[in-house]
Amino acid sequence: MDNKVEIKVEKVNFFYGKIHALKNINLDIYKNQVTAIIGPSGCGKSTFIRLLNRMHEMVTNTRVTGEILFNGWDITDPSIDAVEIRKRIGMVFQKPNPFPKSIFENISYGLKVNGIKNKPFIENKVEWALKKAALWEEVKNRLSDSALRLSGGQQQRLCIARCLAVESEVILFDEPCASLDPISTAKIEELILELKKDYTIVIVTHNMQQAARVSDHTAFFLMGELIEFGKTQDIFTKPYDVKTEAYITGRFG
Amino acid sequence: MKEKLYTWIFTVLAFSSLLFLIGIIIVLFKEGLPIFKHVRVLELLLGRDWYPTYSTPEFGILPLILASVWVTAGAILVCVPLGVGSALYLHELAGYKQRAILKPLIELLASIPSVVYGFFGMVILTPFLQSFFHLPTGLCALNASLVLGIMATPTVCSLSDDALNYVPKAFREASFAVGASRWQTLTQVVIPAAGSGISTAVILGMSRAIGETMTVLMVAGGAAVIPHSFLEPVRPMTAAIAAEMGEAPMGGLHYHALFAIALILFLTTFIFNIIAEIISRRFRIKLGLSG
Repeated sequence: MDNKVEIKVEKVNFFYGKIHALKNINLDIYKNQVTAIIGPSGCGKSTFIRLLNRMHEMVTNTRVTGEILFNGWDITDPSIDAVEIRKRIGMVFQKPNPFPKSIFENISYGLKVNGIKNKPFIENKVEWALKKAALWEEVKNRLSDSALRLSGGQQQRLCIARCLAVESEVILFDEPCASLDPISTAKIEELILELKKDYTIVIVTHNMQQAARVSDHTAFFLMGELIEFGKTQDIFTKPYDVKTEAYITGRFG
Repeated sequence: MKEKLYTWIFTVLAFSSLLFLIGIIIVLFKEGLPIFKHVRVLELLLGRDWYPTYSTPEFGILPLILASVWVTAGAILVCVPLGVGSALYLHELAGYKQRAILKPLIELLASIPSVVYGFFGMVILTPFLQSFFHLPTGLCALNASLVLGIMATPTVCSLSDDALNYVPKAFREASFAVGASRWQTLTQVVIPAAGSGISTAVILGMSRAIGETMTVLMVAGGAAVIPHSFLEPVRPMTAAIAAEMGEAPMGGLHYHALFAIALILFLTTFIFNIIAEIISRRFRIKLGLSG
């Protein structure tokens, strides 16, 4: 289980204006593993995952201290282009958010904005990404249809394919199944387990069973603090912090 | 009982504006149509001579229609870059504080009475155009286009800005998440998604420019001849109605001809507004907002 550390989070603090939203977080995210972030609403788990690819910059008046090391970069360093980081660290959001464009264009968009113009290459890549996201069979005959005509579960797999197409190394999932039915959820979970062979995955989830099913490591956040971090199996069977135990046994949250 | 009374009062109030609309339409048709007993529709629309007060009057309104088309087209060339450009600035570059000041200021432009705009055109633009282009008069189509363009800018800007704000944040996030820059996100995701909303804004701006009367009466020059250049004086349809209605004997041919012009204006803006409504409905559906 001695996996390489892909992202190293060191002494990270995060502020929304005066609100201290994340307090001294230290965490290692291992390569080719699934790391689940759990905790009650408002505990800072979504905030944390958005720091990892600088999506927090969508909101103004925020401040980060500490280091997030990835690939020799410090992600928090403002001199590093967020665009470069996001190419390597993709993100899948809570609600499926395909563009109001065709299925094909949704996947090829990421390639195009990154300057790839070679048509056969793009076509191959779209097919590859859709296959990888287990969506190809369902959409191969209607690539030019609007992505908005897909079901919620299909849309979410499309969003995953969109990430894969740009050769991300890490994929961040921010409660990817929050708006999906159980069958679609099962498909996404299956897909996550498949993808971890090639990618490093971080998933924020509300659903403890989901964390237990898909993750190798689990981090439990509470009120902006990282309470406990360890192997999923340990966290769920013998948590050492009483707060963790209280949460996973359903006493609050 | 009281409840019922209120319901009744508000229903009547709501429907009264519909009543006014119907009333206006009826009057326009009733007073406009009689002209066609004397002039055929095509003669009126395509006739090149507008001499309504001659002993053998001519009722060709083509010069007036073309004047309106030219002036409106020119106004579009002014208000689209200005309005859409400032909307993009407000939406993308202006910070929260700047926006809070700029947007109301731009909207304030819309509340200036049109006679003031006309004044501005007469006093500032007219002498400038006259000396700059060495014209016999600075009252011309270009002058009217510029002033109307500025007048329509707040409409276009404000509605375009709304359209941009309707684009769900999720689209932007998705675009950023695959490594698109801000510029790419704006041009390839946000603007296309807001495109139909922006075209609605432009059409409504056009509708405003076409119907504007006081300004064109003051600065367009007033010559009812077919325009050959933007630097010639013209007489758009609205200006013709406003200038001539006072002198046209009620119930006479001239009077009915002016009503026919009003009818055409009404139908044009009516069609523009319907098109704008259809486009904006599609826009809301496309973005998954309620129809």
